[in-house]
Amino acid sequence: MSWTLDQFLQALRLLGSLDADVYRAVAVSLGVASASTVLAAAAGLPLGLTLGLARFRGKRLLTTVLHALMAVPTVLIGLVFYAVLSRQGLLGGWRLLYTRSAIVLGQCVLALPLVTALAHAATEGLDPRVRRTARTLGAGRWRTARTLLSEGRRSYLAAGVAAFGRVFGEVGISMMLGGNIRAYTRTVTTAIALETAKGEVALGLALGIVLMVVALGMNLVFLRLHGRGDRT
Amino acid sequence: MRSIAYALVVIGGLLAAVLGFSCGEAPPPPEGLGTIRLATTTSTENSGLLDKLLPPFEARFGAEVHVISVGTGRALALARNGDADVVLVHAPAAETAFVEAGHGAGRRAVMVNDFVLLGPAEDPAGAAKAESAADALAAVAKAGATFASRGDDSGTHKKERALWAEAGIQPAGAWYLEVGQGMGATLLLADEKRAYCLSDRGTYLAMRDKIHLAVRFEGTPVLRNPYSIIAVNPARHPDVNYAGAMALIGWVTSPEGQAIIGGFRVGGQVLFHPTAVPDAATGPAAKGTSPQAAPPLAAPDAP
Repeated sequence: MSWTLDQFLQALRLLGSLDADVYRAVAVSLGVASASTVLAAAAGLPLGLTLGLARFRGKRLLTTVLHALMAVPTVLIGLVFYAVLSRQGLLGGWRLLYTRSAIVLGQCVLALPLVTALAHAATEGLDPRVRRTARTLGAGRWRTARTLLSEGRRSYLAAGVAAFGRVFGEVGISMMLGGNIRAYTRTVTTAIALETAKGEVALGLALGIVLMVVALGMNLVFLRLHGRGDRT
Repeated sequence: MRSIAYALVVIGGLLAAVLGFSCGEAPPPPEGLGTIRLATTTSTENSGLLDKLLPPFEARFGAEVHVISVGTGRALALARNGDADVVLVHAPAAETAFVEAGHGAGRRAVMVNDFVLLGPAEDPAGAAKAESAADALAAVAKAGATFASRGDDSGTHKKERALWAEAGIQPAGAWYLEVGQGMGATLLLADEKRAYCLSDRGTYLAMRDKIHLAVRFEGTPVLRNPYSIIAVNPARHPDVNYAGAMALIGWVTSPEGQAIIGGFRVGGQVLFHPTAVPDAATGPAAKGTSPQAAPPLAAPDAP
């Protein structure tokens, strides 16, 4: 008990003396997670919208597959991309392995099914009259999509927030595709893994606190976006 | 609608910032050796040695060294695939095979420390009384005492398997735990399980104050643990940073690099003894060695 308490107290004390390496890891985490969230949302929102509106054979099967894909473990995504991005691999010439871009790629794939499934659910949850009314008023396809996105903005934003949370907290992809290179691909989560392996429990806990504080901060930003959406 | 526009502007700005940041991938310094990918073992990075050894090199040669720390087996596999420019590892047999198969060029001996058999204070297997390292392991197996193995094809794991083979034992059973993690994590697990464990002395010393395990067997020549540095063969992988790799090899085997290695201490203890330059071994390293930290120094085993 006293040991555990001691580690937590030490972690709190360490928060006051975090060095530049920690801030760099926070910056890397934020950078790659934001990039992959934006890219996954750019692809996943239209996909989910289409899936929610379109009617075609095999739609239920596709939806089921999509939901299953949400369970793909990060270590498997990391492994597949390792096989592809290694110099020996299919896209070895791109020289992406052990770069931040490689992490972004892997995290995109991790977040895409989540964004698509949530956007799909959000679209199906919309009042069908919105679409019909828009069409009746002569809105084209793009205009209708924009209307629907605007109408369901809370849910679509929530899909993005969920995706950000998923990629910001993952460690498998960052470790396998980033390589945990100090000041370059070391994220907060891989730093926690490293400190844990070194037995630096208090420092690992301190990094965990930093991670949660940053996640909270990002969600407050999202909440603000959310609030602005309400006023119009 | 305006809110959506606002969100788009924010997201667009974020995207632009992130793209700017992502596209700055591995920027090679305008002059200098560029980015050098060093695949190495957890023991060299976890101990903190590379934090002392690399920054002066990077400053002087305008290089950026990206350290990827994994087990020796994986480090060599990365190098084989051209995913690293240079490796710093400790598994002489595997290194020889690596070079003979044409994957590496310019192997140099760098430093040596030694392996120690750690165990709980009670020493239930009586490993401390063994005649040789293999005997000590045999005693652990015979007593059915818990043993934590790296199980990850690292240099330490390779050495451990060689010792089991020497003892004529195929370790298996509930007492034999294959951890599959780095040295530090394995030590922590062994400590929790009150298990025996083969460790390099560097990691043990670096973590000594966090664990209760103590050295149960040490000091025979078979436990010597030499580290070598090898450049990836540029004939196999034309786009590796061969010049950078050779410069790094030059640095760690130079008198300056060797002096940094020999002068590196954790808790007042010398962790690695330089072996590349004969004089460096009798320099700062030899002065500060405590009797416990001195490994059996045989001739450097450079090829």
